[in-house]
This record gives sequence, structure tokens and C-alpha cells, in this order.
Amino acid sequence: MANETDFLLALESVTVSFDGFKAVNDLNLYIDKGELRVIIGPNGAGKTTVLDLICGRTKLSSGSIKFKNEEISTLKEQQIVRRGIGRKFQTPSIYEDLTVFENLELSFPRGREVFGALFWNRANEIVERVREIAEMIYLADHLDRSAETLSHGQKQWLEIGMLLIQDPELLMLDEPVAGMSVSERAKTAALLNTIIKNRSVVVIEHDMKFVESIAHRVTVLHQGKVLAEGDMEKIHADSRVKEVYLGH
Amino acid sequence: MSNSIFGKRSYDMIAFVLLAALILVVLPLTLDAFRLNLVGKYLTYSFVALGLVLCWGYTGILSLGQGVFFGLGGYCMAMFLKLEASSVANTKIQSTPGIPDFMDWNQITALPTYWIPFQSLTFTLVAVILVPCFMAFVLSYAMFKRRVGGVYFAIITQALSAVMTILIIGQQGYTGGVNGITDLRTLNGWDIRPDSSKIILYFVCCALLLGCILLGRFVLTSKLGRILVAIRDKEDRVRFSGYDVANFKVFIFCLASIFAAIGGAMFTLQVGFMSPSFVGIVPSIEMVIFCAVGGRHSLVGAVAGALLINYGKTLFSESFPELWLFAMGGLFIAVVLAFPRGLAGLLTDQVMPWVTRLRIRKSGGSPSVSPSPAE
Ligand SMILES: Nc1ncnc2c1ncn2[C@@H]1O[C@H](COP(=O)(O)OP(=O)(O)OP(=O)(O)O)[C@@H](O)[C@H]1O
Ligand SMILES: [Mg+2]
Repeated sequence: MANETDFLLALESVTVSFDGFKAVNDLNLYIDKGELRVIIGPNGAGKTTVLDLICGRTKLSSGSIKFKNEEISTLKEQQIVRRGIGRKFQTPSIYEDLTVFENLELSFPRGREVFGALFWNRANEIVERVREIAEMIYLADHLDRSAETLSHGQKQWLEIGMLLIQDPELLMLDEPVAGMSVSERAKTAALLNTIIKNRSVVVIEHDMKFVESIAHRVTVLHQGKVLAEGDMEKIHADSRVKEVYLGH
Repeated sequence: MSNSIFGKRSYDMIAFVLLAALILVVLPLTLDAFRLNLVGKYLTYSFVALGLVLCWGYTGILSLGQGVFFGLGGYCMAMFLKLEASSVANTKIQSTPGIPDFMDWNQITALPTYWIPFQSLTFTLVAVILVPCFMAFVLSYAMFKRRVGGVYFAIITQALSAVMTILIIGQQGYTGGVNGITDLRTLNGWDIRPDSSKIILYFVCCALLLGCILLGRFVLTSKLGRILVAIRDKEDRVRFSGYDVANFKVFIFCLASIFAAIGGAMFTLQVGFMSPSFVGIVPSIEMVIFCAVGGRHSLVGAVAGALLINYGKTLFSESFPELWLFAMGGLFIAVVLAFPRGLAGLLTDQVMPWVTRLRIRKSGGSPSVSPSPAE
């Protein structure tokens, strides 16, 4: 196997076991630059665990994770973030006690050291960038609102905005439309289609309609392994996928 | 930028001015030297409460060992004062003149090496800050880098204060043991015992306290302050915003320890001694209660909490000393259950909106300004 690859992200023979239970089992996954990849699979398939592994939240038991040809599985969470990987959690994970503006400002990739934060200066450039992002995530009119008062869908958007402002090369979204209304879903799909322009995106999603509206390539996970991979048509045609997932 | 926590900036400033007026003008004009000195003593505890607002109220790090840092600051200062009080002339009746009396009583015949630098005031002032800060750094770095937090951290700090007390009491020859370091007289030749000196020390204490409040405010209103709140809320998420959470927790814990140490040093100067009874578990927990009752999200509130509770303690202990502990315990439980944001929270969340409504209804009727300073 060649060590130098063109892949942005390469997971090879990745296994993680929780007390003997292999949530991810000898998994290989490759993400190209500029690719939008959707991961689907039944509950408990290991989808969230894969993201946890990539972003350093869970340590792998064996295997390797390379980002731009560098091993990242040994790095700390914040180091992985600084390399350019952003991750949205399955349940909205924002700072409820802060305003929308402050949530975005904190996520701006500067002033990340103690004294940098202490002597932080809210420069115009930063305010503008926050507004720009807020515009994209449909929250421009809510900048001064405390984040805890946002609706569920708005919280999801805010979290996406917090990632966008980090300008990551790889963006990972865990069920971004869960709990959203139909109109919010449409807006989120539009948002995703604008933000994938200059980066790679990995999306986990259950909602097949939504998947079809955005998907390029789809990976189906089942019991910690890749069951199938390919475009939507191929996945739909796959009998094993029908059996474990799409069938019901 | 309006915000649920950092908003109400105007209340903050009003509270600060009220507190300054109270401790700088009202109390000195109305109290005799003895009572004023007592207030000065209470104010030294409020330095600790201030630190707890930073690390507990805003960052969610509960420390049950702040007495250690208060004590270290106090002991550093006491060592200097004791050495000055133990000049050869003052101690010529001892078998080894020129060393502190408790050393002589414990058959120690030469000044221990680590006492020697405390002959210098400059060294002492630096040590008052750096010794506790170093201790806080080592402890918190070891814990937070390993992601030990929450209750475990609280227990470890509590253990630290127990160990520290035992150490001080056990090493009687070097620390003065259970009696502490007593009979302190002069600071660089200036007698700290007469009332006139105590009044000056009181004002120094006030100035330092107000300075610490402003510094605390600066920290809390900076982006760092918002990161602390974010850590309290969702520590994990902060890592995914690219921050090394442990560094921030270490920083704020060290700052809290420095505040406590300044309080300890001012205690020694104003009260004239330092003893292990301010280091242990009980005083450490009392400090947490001051902070909780005053309002752990309010710097001025925490100071008010320390003042009010100690005032209550003095009142109570003069008439019913045995009831005091029950009263304080009860107060603590009541506050935690009914007003988790303490008196300051009560004032800003309940009283102020009510006053505003009253003012709007009367439209023009002058609302009464509440006298107790908070948030
Ligand atoms: N920290 C953990 N300790 C033990 N078991 C875990 C842990 N995290 C995940 N698991 C288990 O690993 C399996 C995969 O979980 P994971 O959350 O990755 O599934 P998922 O595909 O994201 O499912 P869903 O669609 O419900 O979100 C589940 O059986 C889960 O119980
Ligand atoms: Mg999941």
C-alpha cells in the first residue's frame, strides 16, 4: 500500500472496541479533496463512533487515520481541530449561556492561547466575518440573542456556523437535519450545497430524502464495517443494503 | 453586546461604586478602630471569595482547598514579620538569640535555610504571590491535563488542605505548630500594632481588594471570560473550538490562588498572626459558603457575602455562639436550594426587575435604592 496518497482523509484497518465490543471493525474509508460523502446505516452501526475517532474524541484500538498524509490518531482534539477538521455533534452542541455572536466569535480560529484570549480585540474584520457567517446560517437577525433561546433547528445551524468560521478543510456533520421541520431541512440542504464548494464534507444522515438531495457518494455502514459504497443508484440497487437498512 | 451573564454591566458598575463607597467612606466614618480592623479581617476573606467567583462561579471548578493558598500567602508574610520581630536584641533571653521564639522552644539552634530569604521584604512580597501560585500551578496542571475535574478535583483540593494543616502542625519547630506564627510587630521598622497603623492597613487592604475586583472584571469581560463560561457549560465542545481547555483552567485556578494569597498576607498584617486554623478544611469550606451566599456569579456579591456572613457570625457568636454553625449551614442550604445565584442573583433577577416595574407603574415615583451592594 502506497504511503503517499491523494486522499484528504484515509482511515485504514481502523478498529475500536469498547470492552470487547467492536463498534468499528477493520474499517477502511477514504475521502477525497472536495468530496461530499454521506454515511448511512442503521442505529448503532458505528457512524458516530467513526467521527469520534477522526476528531480524536475516542482513541482507536488499532489502525491508522491519516489527514493530508499525516497520522492524526495520536493528536489531541484541539490539535486535530487546528489541522483543519471541524465536527458537528449529533445533538446540538453550542454554548447556551453565550449569545449567538459570542458563540461564533469564540469559534474564530485566532486568540486560542490563554493570553491571546485575555487581550483579545474584537476587530472589525472579526465582526464582519461573524456577520457574514450569521447571514449564511440564517441567524443574522439573532446575533444578540442568548443561544439557549434559539429553536432546535437554529441551534443546529449555529453549530454549523461555528464550524464554518473555523474554515476547516474537512467538515463532519452528524445528523444535521435531525429534528428539523420540512422548511428548515430545505434551507439546510441549500446551506450545505453552498458550504461544500471549497472543502470536503462528511455527513451522517438517516433521512433518505435529504441524502438524495445532497449526496454524491454514499457509504453504508453496518456493524462497524463498510457494507457498500458508491453513488445513490448503486446503493439503492444493493440487495444487502435493502436488507439491513433501506428495507424498512 | 447584551448577554445573559455579562449584561447588566450597569448593575456591575453601580455595585462596584457602592462597595467602594461603603468600605472607603461609610465604614471608616462610622466604626471605631477596633470594629474597622474587624471589617478589614473580613475583607481578607473576600479576596478568597473573589477567586472562587472566577474559578467556581464562572469556570465550574469547585475548590475546597482555598484556605491553603490563603494560608501560604499569610505564612510568607508572617515569616518576614517574625524574623523582623526576632532580632538578636529582642530575643537575647533565648538560648539561640536571633531566631523565632518557637524555634528556640523546639531546640532548633540555627535559622532553617528556607527561612533566610524571608529576611528580605522584596523577596517576601514576591513569595506571597509566587509560592501559592506555584503550588496551584503544579496541582492544577497535574489534574487538568489528565482531565481530572469536578467532584474529584474538589476532593483532592480538600485533601490538600487537610495535608497542609497536618504538615504545619507537625513541623512545630519550623512553622510554629498549632499556635501559628504570633507576636508580630513591625514591617520594615513600621509598627503594625497601633490603631493608626491598622487604619492605614485597612485602606491598603481596600485598595488591593478593589484592584482585584477590577482585574477580575477585566478577565471575565474579555474573550477569556467567555471561554471560561463555555468550559463550565460544555468543556468537551471547547476543545472542538480549538482550545486547550486545561491551560485555561490552570490559568484561572492560579489567579484565584493569587487572590487568596493576597488576602492571606493582608490578614497577617491586619490581625497580627497566622495559624493553621485558616488553612484547613473548615475555613476552606466557609470561603465557599461566603461566595455561594453572596452570589458566585458576582464579584461584588462575593465580597458582600463574606462581609455579611462574618458580620452575622460576630453578632451571633457574641450572643449564641453554639448556634452559629447551624445558622450558617442552614443559610447555605437555603441559598443553594432557593437562590442558586446567591444574594446578588436575588437582587438582579428578582428585586431589580420588580423595582423597575414599580418605577414604570408609578411613572416618576423615585424608587428606593437598595443599600446592599451586589452584582
Ligand atoms: N463510549 C462507548 N462505550 C461503549 N459503547 C459505545 C460507546 N460509544 C458507542 N458505543 C456503542 O457502539 C455502537 C455504535 O454506536 P454509534 O453511536 O457509533 O452508532 P451510530 O451509527 O451513530 O447510531 P445512531 O444512528 O443511533 O446515531 C453502539 O452499539 C453503541 O452502543
Ligand atoms: Mg450516531
